[in-house]
Amino acid sequence: MVKKQEIIKAESRNFNFFYADGTHALKDINVPLYEKRITALIGPSGCGKSTFLRSFNRMHDLYPGNKYQGKIILNPDDTNILDKKVDAIEVRMRISMVFQKPNPFPKSIYENVAYGLRVRGENNKRMLDDKVEEALKGASLWNEVKDRLPDLAFNLSGGQQQRLCIARALATDPEIMLFDEPTSALDPIATVNIEELMSELKKKLTILIVTHNMQQAARISDYTAYMYLGKMIEFDETDIIFTNPSKKETEDYITGKFG
Amino acid sequence: MKKNNLPENKNLDLIRALIIKHKKNDHIFAGIGFFVIASLAVALLVLFLDLLINGYPKINLEFFSNFPSRKPEMAGILSAWMGSALVLFVTFFVAVPIGVAAGIYLEEYAKKGWFADLIEINVSNLAGVPSIIYGLLALGLFVYEFGMGQSILTAGLTLSLLMLPIVIVSTREAIRGIPVHIREAAFAVGATKWQVTWHHVIQYAMGGVLTGIIIGMARAIGETAPVITIGALTFIAFLPPSPVTEVAPFINFDWLDAGFTVLPIQMFNWISRPEHAFHINAAATGAVIIMLTLLMNGVAIKLRYNIRKKIKW
Amino acid sequence: MSNVKPTISKALKKNIRRNFVERLIEWALMFSGLIAILVTFGIVYILVSESIPFFDSVSLKEFLTSTIWTPNFEIKNYGILPLVAGTVTITGIALIVAIPLGTITAVYLSEFASHKVKETVKPVLELLVGVPTVVFGYFALLLVTPLLQKIIPDLASFNMLGPGIVMGIMIVPYIASVAEDSMRAVPMAMREGSYAMGATRFQTAVSVVMPAALSGIIAAYILAISRGIGETMIVAIAAGQQPNFTFNPIESAATITAYIVSVALGDLEHGGIGYQSIFAAGMVLFIMTLSLNILGQWTRNKFSERY
Repeated sequence: MVKKQEIIKAESRNFNFFYADGTHALKDINVPLYEKRITALIGPSGCGKSTFLRSFNRMHDLYPGNKYQGKIILNPDDTNILDKKVDAIEVRMRISMVFQKPNPFPKSIYENVAYGLRVRGENNKRMLDDKVEEALKGASLWNEVKDRLPDLAFNLSGGQQQRLCIARALATDPEIMLFDEPTSALDPIATVNIEELMSELKKKLTILIVTHNMQQAARISDYTAYMYLGKMIEFDETDIIFTNPSKKETEDYITGKFG
Repeated sequence: MKKNNLPENKNLDLIRALIIKHKKNDHIFAGIGFFVIASLAVALLVLFLDLLINGYPKINLEFFSNFPSRKPEMAGILSAWMGSALVLFVTFFVAVPIGVAAGIYLEEYAKKGWFADLIEINVSNLAGVPSIIYGLLALGLFVYEFGMGQSILTAGLTLSLLMLPIVIVSTREAIRGIPVHIREAAFAVGATKWQVTWHHVIQYAMGGVLTGIIIGMARAIGETAPVITIGALTFIAFLPPSPVTEVAPFINFDWLDAGFTVLPIQMFNWISRPEHAFHINAAATGAVIIMLTLLMNGVAIKLRYNIRKKIKW
Repeated sequence: MSNVKPTISKALKKNIRRNFVERLIEWALMFSGLIAILVTFGIVYILVSESIPFFDSVSLKEFLTSTIWTPNFEIKNYGILPLVAGTVTITGIALIVAIPLGTITAVYLSEFASHKVKETVKPVLELLVGVPTVVFGYFALLLVTPLLQKIIPDLASFNMLGPGIVMGIMIVPYIASVAEDSMRAVPMAMREGSYAMGATRFQTAVSVVMPAALSGIIAAYILAISRGIGETMIVAIAAGQQPNFTFNPIESAATITAYIVSVALGDLEHGGIGYQSIFAAGMVLFIMTLSLNILGQWTRNKFSERY
């Protein structure tokens, strides 16, 4: 089922997640993320796909009482990023994230993109300028904002803000980028822009995306995982999932009989 | 074991060193923050304890039943606490109905528009006016223009103006928490607007309103500046006429016109004396005031906490 | 039947009465709301009408530019500057104490403290806001000043430093609670954005949360200044009531509020110039605090519009 030349960039092994109130949100999830491929997580709302995605950069650490179990291995150094000894900040510096709703900081466009570098202690103006330009180009936003870099980021349109957030995540050369329903708050044109952008990005890095939109998953992803009630029902190449899934539940969901 | 032919990430060690460096700031700030809060707490605790320890020997029955005196060991706060009680009595009966009514008006009756806006702007500004300005208002208006003199009535009205914004704001907040469907249910069975307000809105908002009233009263107990400004006396060795009489109609209102002093003014007076013995009296009075206000505020905060926990619409 | 005059049914009659009562109640409620407006007008009216005769005998130029305020001397002088200087100095000292401590407390509570610490400290802050200022005056005169005199032997027993510091401590809970409120209102999504970039707590607090909450924090400072300027008892007790044109914190000086108290404590006749002078001083105080409050409210609203 998996092409031979694929390299595993990250992998969850028997991963379980519990919220502070005791909810067992994810049950024994095993999913590989292949290097320079887009993996999509689909499933009805509440199935745990966002919860799973947010585990990859330890977002759940922000709220007390949440508990991880099992492993998420990050290669090439074979680090279990859930390990208590591994610093969440280190994980987040390697794996960046784009959120459901654009969440730019109340700063200039320039400072938004430079933020990740500043957090890393980078203050060299020329270095920052180069990186900001590169990231904005990478997020195909450069042409629209190059003359207004000192403007407040809030003044951008929703689609531009989301691309800004992608540039922000891109500027630090992450190994993996997580997208949590990145187009759900955007109009169709902005959505197309972002989808094209992701296809461009996968030339350089590994992508995991949560989407509520099955067409989107079918359009852009190489692999798809179908989740339901906190369980991984099926994982396979996207073409197979959408044309010839092996599980009945997956088929029902894909064909719209359920959900 | 080298895996997957991926190049080893050389930056990793750099990143780790960086994180350690940055996390140091986290720890330093957490330390500073904790230190600041702890030292503020300790400083205030020391101050309050000092007040209590200094005042403690004076706090006995005689202290409450004696008039102030030139001899510090004889002096008590009888006229002061009686004055405070009577002034607060007036304050309560003026500020609570008006404040609650104004709050109800703004939330339930007023139509959106310039008039409601004007009232709102005024309420929020009045909350920020220094208390001594209320004293000047009362001095010019109540004492002289209305000829009410430097009386308990004047002081009560003055403090009620101070308390008004607090009552209004807390009433509004309490009402705002009541969902529309409760009102609709009452309207649906044919209740009038006032019936809905009286039977439902006020009843359900009562806890929040009460919180505001207690906090407002606690503030009124401690207010000094406006009461000094209207000319409250600092040395009073008599009591106002009793509100209850032995002959019919058993109630009289002469006490409203009487001169008076209140607890914080008594304390102020004793602080200003050079003799150390009077400072002990001041500490004892301060301890009484602090206990009263902390107790009232504590009750109010607890009450609000309970309401927040209990009511889930 | 058409020629029969319709009679009002009992139920309908009740309706008319009911509507009348409803209307009456609405008027009563509206009148209560009106009182808030009347009080403001009352304040402005009294301050203006009592100050007008004052400015008949004292020129506005003298009032605003003279550096001598000696209402009790043979040669009376009414320059507000000494009182303003005292007010500004003491409030300044208070802010030097309160702004760093209040801000640190707010950031700590909002971004660092555990839920448990927050739940304990917040109510205590609220409690402290309720402590009467006369008690803080006692601390300033009888505890803090003697303590400071051990460090600064030149410190007068009435001085501006002690009350300034105590006023600062009094204002800390105020700044902390307003600033904490505005930082808490910053959407979690913004913090997540920062943490997702690998920022630490401190980095997130300083470079994302604080800028986002900036107008709320500034509003807290402005409202704190207004509170300091209007504070009366601490300064009347511990800073002395003698007008003194100085910015030196170890000297004694009167503030606007302390002057009003000192006049009210004496026996100035109604209608005399001394009596009128406290209304003129009160007007200056009112204008200062009103403009600060409006500015503070405006800044705060600007903040809440955004989220």
